Amino acid sequence: MKLSALAKGIEAVIVSIEDEDLSVKLYEMGCLPGEKVKVENIAPFGDPIAITVSGYKLCIRKQEATSVLIKLDISEGN
Amino acid sequence: MKEIKVALVGNPNCGKTSLFNTLTGLNQKVSNFPGTTVDKKVGHFTIDAEHKVKIIDLPGTYSLYPKSDDEAVTFYGLCSHENKDIPDVVLFIADASNLKRNLLLFTQVADLGYPVVFALNMIDLADRKGIEYNYGLLQSRLGVEIIPTNARKMKGLDRIKQAILSAHRSSTAPFFETTGLNQSMLEECKTYLSLNNSYSAVLWAHNQMLLFKDGEQLKKFKEILARNLFCEKKEQVEEIVARYRMIDIILKETSKRKASRNQISLSNRLDTIITHKYFGLSFFLLVLFVIFQAIFSLASYPMEWMEVGMNYFSNEVEHIIPGGTLNNLIVHGILAGLSGVIVFIPQIAILFFFITLLEDIGYMARVSFIMDKLMRSFGLNGKSVVPLISGMACAVPAIMSARNIENKQEKLITIMVIPLMSCSARLPVYTLLISMLVPETYLWGFLNMQGLILMGMYVLGFVTSLLSAWVFQKILKPAGNNYFIMEMPAFKIPMWRNVFLTIYEKCRSFVFEAGKIIVAISILLWALSSFAPAGEFEKLDAKYKELASAPTKSAEVLAAEYQSEKLEASYAGYFGKMIEPAIAPLGFNWKIGIALITSFAAREVFVGTMTTIYSASGDESDFSSIRLKMIEEINPLTHQPQYSLAVIASLLIFYAFAMQCMSTLAITYRETKSLKWTLLQLFYLTALAYLSSLLVFNFLK
Repeated sequence: MKLSALAKGIEAVIVSIEDEDLSVKLYEMGCLPGEKVKVENIAPFGDPIAITVSGYKLCIRKQEATSVLIKLDISEGN
Repeated sequence: MKEIKVALVGNPNCGKTSLFNTLTGLNQKVSNFPGTTVDKKVGHFTIDAEHKVKIIDLPGTYSLYPKSDDEAVTFYGLCSHENKDIPDVVLFIADASNLKRNLLLFTQVADLGYPVVFALNMIDLADRKGIEYNYGLLQSRLGVEIIPTNARKMKGLDRIKQAILSAHRSSTAPFFETTGLNQSMLEECKTYLSLNNSYSAVLWAHNQMLLFKDGEQLKKFKEILARNLFCEKKEQVEEIVARYRMIDIILKETSKRKASRNQISLSNRLDTIITHKYFGLSFFLLVLFVIFQAIFSLASYPMEWMEVGMNYFSNEVEHIIPGGTLNNLIVHGILAGLSGVIVFIPQIAILFFFITLLEDIGYMARVSFIMDKLMRSFGLNGKSVVPLISGMACAVPAIMSARNIENKQEKLITIMVIPLMSCSARLPVYTLLISMLVPETYLWGFLNMQGLILMGMYVLGFVTSLLSAWVFQKILKPAGNNYFIMEMPAFKIPMWRNVFLTIYEKCRSFVFEAGKIIVAISILLWALSSFAPAGEFEKLDAKYKELASAPTKSAEVLAAEYQSEKLEASYAGYFGKMIEPAIAPLGFNWKIGIALITSFAAREVFVGTMTTIYSASGDESDFSSIRLKMIEEINPLTHQPQYSLAVIASLLIFYAFAMQCMSTLAITYRETKSLKWTLLQLFYLTALAYLSSLLVFNFLK
């Protein structure tokens, strides 16, 4: 499933990032495979979204979130 | 005394600026990094009798893989061999509440071989989050001295100073082993660039475009990389993953997470309100309302004092210096230009007070967040909102505040459209023209018609700026990374020291940089209106000498008429008549032509010039005399009133769109560093004004 489809308040784990250009930026911002994510806020017009990852809050557009693959089962993560 | 060069490096939002300000106080200088518009802050402080420090604040970055101009500057500062300020020591500052992401950059800097002093900031925040560190262990794992700091409470400063003296290279093995990479390529790079650090060879390979301006050198370097099948993106990703794996291990050993007392932090709770669908937007409107009101109402007092002060000063000077051209030049050229500069200071100071304050507490990131989608559809960015709104007060500080937009294209579009927002200098012009357009009547008994039209002018400016942004977006090719990935820092209590230092710095740079250009143009305009083609003034003087000897009118009326005819005879009048054929299709005569030329100094000069031309009495705030004279004027060709509905409407539209502000042009040039964009701004706005006025005039005629 994609991060853009994750409902607010639900925790998930990042599996991979599909877009190679984007992955350098997202990786350095701490969005790594195995990392837990949670959607915290959604902007008034429905986009962008604010997520918690690596212990801080990050804003990304829905467009970027479609490149982030996640899974809901957090037990297998680290 | 020995000078130690220190570079201050860290992530954005980790308290870097606060630490810099606390270490250096007012002992700092801001300039630009060569060839960029990125602020370069250099400060000085002393450690002891033998050692002083020159500290450079490098822009905040998340890694040494730069993605913006700012980040590229940090990369240059640490890696370029052409950099004369290559630091002796790196002072690294990290946010303790979010150490994992901060350590990525630290491990890169340490692997470059710099002696590092590690300032661990925001410990109180980490504490509240329930994070505890074993400092001794963390110190030995990172191989550098770690100093807990709190820039807000000036804690840890002495220890930082001592640590700079004893700083050493990280005593651990490299955090990222370059042994797993293509060794022959690294060796080739190292030899070619004469480096001895392997990791810096890696970074040069990744950022080749940034390091070589010379085409031949770059070509050769690229050949080395291509021969070795160097794959940039893949290797960057692998390196980042490897570094984070290492960081995870270190943090697992050295930090503990207690169950924090309040699971949902105050900052998070604030965010649910501030980014809320309805409440968030209303709150934002309220913030704008307060800023707008403050700029309009609060700034008017100091502006008035400054005007009064400058007038008094000009008068004194006028009497002290012997009369003649020099006196005239100083009073009406230089001093008038200077007062045009300093009169903006209150607005700039108040605007930047709010912007810096909101930035400091973390609200600006939220504004970008909630407005991004709306602004994006016009080719702008969430961060364009505040500059645009500020443009309603004055385009000068508004354009300066567009600096916060990282995406170059979105920043450029924002700067290009800001002058369309109706600024406060248009207000006197609108007021005069609207009062000629409609009498002071009320719609449905309570809606002031003049007020309604005035509001319409503001709405017109706002809508046009969004539409122009949309057009620019369609014309310009998207440049660079078009993503929006932004840290949303936790809310903080503001540091007043930072706020006031920023205000001081913004005002200073406005006065010294834009000020120069404004004064120069002011002198030019002065020359245009005080000199005439040979013989013109002499003829005029003779004529009035004769009139004065046999007075038919009072001396005051004669003096006013003399000023009016003098302006007509001057070069300004000459040019006004020269452009008359060009502006006649808009319904303007040469008198308006003169006003158009002189109001290039500032739009509100229109009223003053019209007053002189119609030799009306009264000051600028009293419109009744000039209004009457303009309304009564009859067009000699049509025998109809000169200022018909069509002419006034056309003039209103012209003032709404035209680029008639040398200060704005000066600041656009300063911010874009490009003559091309500055001229384009001048031309597209003038063309827009001309065509719209042409349409309006012919439609209403």
